[in-house]
Amino acid sequence: MAEINKCLDKTDFMKKQYRVALQNSGVINPENIDEYIAYDGYQALAKALTELTPQQVVDTIKDSGLRGRGGGGFPTGTKWQFALNQKNDTKFVCCNADEGDPGAFMDRSILEGDPHCLIEAMTIAGYAIGAKQGYVYIRAEYPVAVKRLQIAITQAKKYGFLGKNIFGSKHCFDLEIRLGSGAFVCGEETALMTSIEGNRGEPRVRPPFPAVKGLFGKPTVLNNVETFANIPPILLKGAKWLQGMGTEKSKGTKVFALGGKINNTGLVEIAMGTTLRTVIDEIGGGIPDGKKFKAAQTGGPSGGCIPAQHLDVPIDYDNLIALGSMMGSGGLIVMDEDNCMVDIAKFFLDFTKEESCGKCTPCRVGTTRLLEYLEKITEGKATMKDLDDMEALCEYIKDASLCGLGQTAPNPVLSTLKYFREEYEAHVKDNTCPAGICKSLLSYVVNDKCIGCTLCKRKCPVDAITGAVKEKHFIDMQKCIKCGVCMDICKFKAIDKK
Amino acid sequence: MKTIQELNDIRKQMRAELNLDGKTNSNIRVTVGLATCGIAAGAEPVFKAFQKEVKRLGLTNVKIIQSGCLGMCKHEPMVEVTEAGKEKVTYIALAADSAKRIAEEHLAGGKPVMDFVIGNE
Ligand SMILES: Cc1cc2nc3c(=O)[nH]c(=O)nc-3n(C[C@H](O)[C@H](O)[C@H](O)COP(=O)(O)O)c2cc1C
Ligand code: SF4
Ligand code: SF4
Repeated sequence: MAEINKCLDKTDFMKKQYRVALQNSGVINPENIDEYIAYDGYQALAKALTELTPQQVVDTIKDSGLRGRGGGGFPTGTKWQFALNQKNDTKFVCCNADEGDPGAFMDRSILEGDPHCLIEAMTIAGYAIGAKQGYVYIRAEYPVAVKRLQIAITQAKKYGFLGKNIFGSKHCFDLEIRLGSGAFVCGEETALMTSIEGNRGEPRVRPPFPAVKGLFGKPTVLNNVETFANIPPILLKGAKWLQGMGTEKSKGTKVFALGGKINNTGLVEIAMGTTLRTVIDEIGGGIPDGKKFKAAQTGGPSGGCIPAQHLDVPIDYDNLIALGSMMGSGGLIVMDEDNCMVDIAKFFLDFTKEESCGKCTPCRVGTTRLLEYLEKITEGKATMKDLDDMEALCEYIKDASLCGLGQTAPNPVLSTLKYFREEYEAHVKDNTCPAGICKSLLSYVVNDKCIGCTLCKRKCPVDAITGAVKEKHFIDMQKCIKCGVCMDICKFKAIDKK
Repeated sequence: MKTIQELNDIRKQMRAELNLDGKTNSNIRVTVGLATCGIAAGAEPVFKAFQKEVKRLGLTNVKIIQSGCLGMCKHEPMVEVTEAGKEKVTYIALAADSAKRIAEEHLAGGKPVMDFVIGNE
């Protein structure tokens, strides 16, 4: 008998992963600062404050090649340099823990599993740019994360890792939590800062960039949770260590929330440059029920769908953009043959339309119009001209919107149009939904296998089925709500979905 | 306020306690994944059940620890047992009533309960 594996680390799920941001998650007790210290916690802070100048800290981060993990992939060291260069007595460090992408939970897991690494990293950032105050902007829907971070802050203060003259140096730094109420747009950096200031979270024009004029008009560094989680290991292991991992322009690792039609849903951290195929087939364990892979969605509402022919592309910032998607903050949703790509685009547009803050017209009205086109298509009421008009509208919204929400909102439509145009055309020209998802285009029909058992007739929630015992039944399409119950329960396969 | 020396002292002491220092002690560490995902899957009752069982059996060398997410959603609630000189054991999809068997057979008896380990899904 083959020996049964007892250890998570030996599973295919873990073997291809490389854990940096998640290194302590699931290992230490997040509410015990001493356990964090046992795993070299606060050593990087000690090193920065006693051995390195602020410029040396910034240089190390620059040399490491670290890029922002919150979506855009901006070089972190360069951002810190801008803020360091500003002559100002008051500066701020902010952490973006808003995590608004539907289905994403990378940042939450770091906060819940390893909150001290964020505190350590932000305190280092404060030293590097000359800031004495930091804020963590975190959504109120994350009560466990908020609680653990609060406990960690209290412990760090008690040990003097936050507060005055940390490790006997001149550096003083304090950290506060600010709760957001979960508007997607508040994850956009200028909206986030406006929200911390106590105003309605609306984006503003950039420049000036936050590093020059940020929170309360002061130079501010804003980074994502996962970006910060990389800082202590980089300072301890050196810039070269991160340099050695990843692709030419994307160094280190990325955490993904793997979901959708995949056997191992979960949180995975991979070295940049790993292929989608490795993530899906090996770490993710493939697609359930032997179904066929259709596309992988990355970048959430700002991203796009990557089809099967690009499964072997190494995952990094630039490759994903070249494919019409983006890295985003780490959502990775796998779709199989049963997913309708028009329906997917509609789902994301429905989200962005609701979350548009309404400040600028191209986004506010544009996303509404875009959603209307998609609804028309899924109802089989669109023309080929509508498809062209919709595509033109996408470009217009991208060009004319004020913030990233509007500028990227058309991506789910554009990328599905690019790779799955024939599926759009099937909806328009043939009034069919090839994946069998769009309800308006479906009909349920009783075939000749029907023996008249009356089971479906009794189970139909809207009494759409008629027919006498032992006679072939009939479905009234005017009444049918296309719930599929009849097809599921029929023992004789007598109902077809068309 | 801690100095760097004190930081290093805590590190050293904790590394010994956690069996990270190359020497070994007889501590057994049971980590229960108690992030939002684990809690939603019912990890809190599992955590409490382990605490109760360890107390009942008087296992003073066993510590029940809450930790964050291990990443594998479908297997929650997950529990890991670490012990010096032995391979880590990962238990998956546990219910509160499985704590008794694991405490008796594994934590007290030294034999992992193969019915609940990850390779046996
Ligand atoms: C609509 C919108 C939502 C965003 N949501 C988030 C978010 O939830 N978390 C995040 O870190 N960044 C988010 N961003 C990106 C931030 O504006 C910003 O670029 C990022 O936090 C910078 O940190 P980084 O350089 O470490 O990635 C969002 C951007 C836009 C336009
Ligand atoms: S692009 Fe959309 S979310 Fe951004 S400012 Fe304009 S209306 Fe608001
Ligand atoms: S699909 Fe649902 S509503 Fe339509 S006939 Fe069957 S059971 Fe009735």
